[in-house]
Amino acid sequence: MNFDFPEELIQLRDQARRFLADRCPPSVPRRILETSEPYAADLWRAIAEMGWTGAAIPEEYGGVGLGRLGVCVLAEELGRAVAPVPFSSSVYLATEAIMLFGSEHQKQHWLPKLASGEVIGTFAMAEQPGPADPAKLLHSIASGHVTGTKLAVPDGDIADFAVVAVNGGGRHAWLHIVDLNAPGVSRETVATIDPTRSHARLDLTAARAEPLPGSTGPGTIHRLLDYAAVPMAFEQVGGAQAALDMAVAYAKERYAFGRPIGSFQGIKHKLADMYIQVELARSNAYYGAWAVHTGAAELPVAASVARIAASEAGWFVTKENIQTHGGMGFTWQMDCHLYYRRARLLSLALGGTREWKHRLIDELRARNDLIAA
Amino acid sequence: MDFEDTPEEAAFRAKCRAFLDANAERRKPGAVEGYRRGQDAPGAMERAKDFQRRKYEAGFVGIHWPVEWGGGGGTPIQHVIYNQEEAKYDVLTGLFGIGINLAQPTICTWGTPEQRERFVKPAMRAEEVWCQLFSEPGGGSDLAALRTRAEKQGDEWVVNGQKIWNSGAHYSDFGILVARSNPDVPKHEGLTFFILDMKTPGIEIRPIRQISGSSHFNEVFFNDVRIPDSRRVGPVGAGWKVALTTLMNERHGMRDAPGPDVAELFRLAQTIELENGPAIDDSAVQEKLAEFYVRSQGLKYTKFRGITALSRGQTPGPESSIVKVVAANKLQDILSYGLDMIGMAGPAMGETMPVAGIFEEALLYSPALRLAGGTDEIMKNIIAERVLGLPQDPRADKGMPFRDIPTGTRK
Repeated sequence: MNFDFPEELIQLRDQARRFLADRCPPSVPRRILETSEPYAADLWRAIAEMGWTGAAIPEEYGGVGLGRLGVCVLAEELGRAVAPVPFSSSVYLATEAIMLFGSEHQKQHWLPKLASGEVIGTFAMAEQPGPADPAKLLHSIASGHVTGTKLAVPDGDIADFAVVAVNGGGRHAWLHIVDLNAPGVSRETVATIDPTRSHARLDLTAARAEPLPGSTGPGTIHRLLDYAAVPMAFEQVGGAQAALDMAVAYAKERYAFGRPIGSFQGIKHKLADMYIQVELARSNAYYGAWAVHTGAAELPVAASVARIAASEAGWFVTKENIQTHGGMGFTWQMDCHLYYRRARLLSLALGGTREWKHRLIDELRARNDLIAA
Repeated sequence: MDFEDTPEEAAFRAKCRAFLDANAERRKPGAVEGYRRGQDAPGAMERAKDFQRRKYEAGFVGIHWPVEWGGGGGTPIQHVIYNQEEAKYDVLTGLFGIGINLAQPTICTWGTPEQRERFVKPAMRAEEVWCQLFSEPGGGSDLAALRTRAEKQGDEWVVNGQKIWNSGAHYSDFGILVARSNPDVPKHEGLTFFILDMKTPGIEIRPIRQISGSSHFNEVFFNDVRIPDSRRVGPVGAGWKVALTTLMNERHGMRDAPGPDVAELFRLAQTIELENGPAIDDSAVQEKLAEFYVRSQGLKYTKFRGITALSRGQTPGPESSIVKVVAANKLQDILSYGLDMIGMAGPAMGETMPVAGIFEEALLYSPALRLAGGTDEIMKNIIAERVLGLPQDPRADKGMPFRDIPTGTRK
């Protein structure tokens, strides 16, 4: 049994933790929250210089070839730091879409730029409230041009290009690369529950669109979301762990009725429950990491399990962190809301847990052997 | 990152399988495991003892114990591998768990060479069966509040009092006993640990009928029971520290809760018709199934992380402390949801009920799993204090002589 990260990635995780503790303390997401800066461009440049943006990209395309496991350990640390950078959009989604579905020419063109961080990519899917259904996508695609509106695209106002999901006919989606600085694209920053990660509405009017040739078949969106859900789960677990750590630290130093509140079982048992949720989510994220690393047939199940556990842990832990802090936890001044906002943002980013639960059951019914395993 | 054995682990696993294939029947696919199922069947003890003796002779008892204890000197991961394989076979070994997993490690850690020589091997071979005489009506979670008295008279100790929740006391040859040797000092300092021959005059054992109707537990009463001082384990007054060795072994087990799990709930959902068709097609049922599946998988991979630590020669991290509390609660949530789906037919019990009646059976035994070996509340205190480093609760009895401390139920 070797169900853990290899030693070199454990070291990378430690380095990343130290680096982010130094370069991305809570004052950094707070700066993005309180100013008009859409993201921490200085931090983005620094992590790109260290090769994080190219972690999963093979060396032949300008990456550092750490594989998807490398992205997972970095994601956990970025989540812990509530880093205000477009890492998930550019790395888990745009880079992954090109690696999974791009032509050789597209890989050679885009991957080195994504690896170096000079280009930021994102993924544009949602057009209306409700689950992501490829059949309902409104975009029309005619002679290489796309028209329509995408709501709340993460990092849509800072990205250079978006991988845009359009209706490929019938129930299938078809992915296209759209240059967001080209004619026919207008974008407007939208207010969101977590301003530390900016979002935009994209209005596309006959914008030039370049198809990803591998994306025309069935299951494209699920496949991309499965690959993205695993590092996203690590990012969520990292944020939940940070919120737990914050609650524990406060429970030790805050006194009421003459004793630390952490000595009351009402608080103690709550914190134990938070710890349990984080550990279960972490274990499930590890299963997802194994599946993306090995390209296992179980990936849809593993990704769903990782996603659901991480989303539920993130919500539970960050709301109970506020509760542990009492009235202070509800103030702008305390950092509790940074974790609370981010946890909810990430749990919505790839679709809510309700749709992932149905997805999980569909996959399990197709793979009966996994139910008892 | 993988789930594979190392070549050494694979070779050991093959040895385990060869032994088990030759000495036990494989569980049937889909068979459900209940709590202490089969222990009451006629001849169960004899069959279990026979298997245990062969297991000992093949070197699979005390695999990871030091050689000087009489163990195999193997690694913790080998112990885990054997247990993983044994779980696939229809064997009863729980009857000897207290003797082998709790009593002998405590005796080997704290006892005399003579005690080790006398007791360890017969326990490993199941020639002698053991019970645990710790809890009392006034001392459960607060074990150190126990009141059973042990008074020194010459070379003997005279024991008077009562214990409770003593699994298997009625068929045990020996018990591990903690008693109060000095009520004038603070509660943790006045305890002493003994080995008690269960045939000693003055012991009365009364079965406790559980809510399931069966009786795996007992009350044990002591009326001037005499124990030679040579059967004392550890120094006089050190009983709390000795008992902690036992308790750590008890809680170390990363124990799962036997009973209906996700697979059984799926089977149920596939067989039951709801208002709009099979339950498995119902959206609300699907979401519940997904939640339970995610929790089950979380537990499974948490255990795998612990096993990986063992495989790498490390001590499992604190993650293993969550297994018991999560598993026992999940069991109750799953059985309750299953019963709810069965609906008006749900109260009936027995093999003819869906999934062999395991949901109804588990309803009546599952509360035990949240209590035994440390209640949920104690386990959460342990997580909060030992893992998260939170301060202990202030103790109203701290530093007080035991005789001045209120214990038990006062009205």
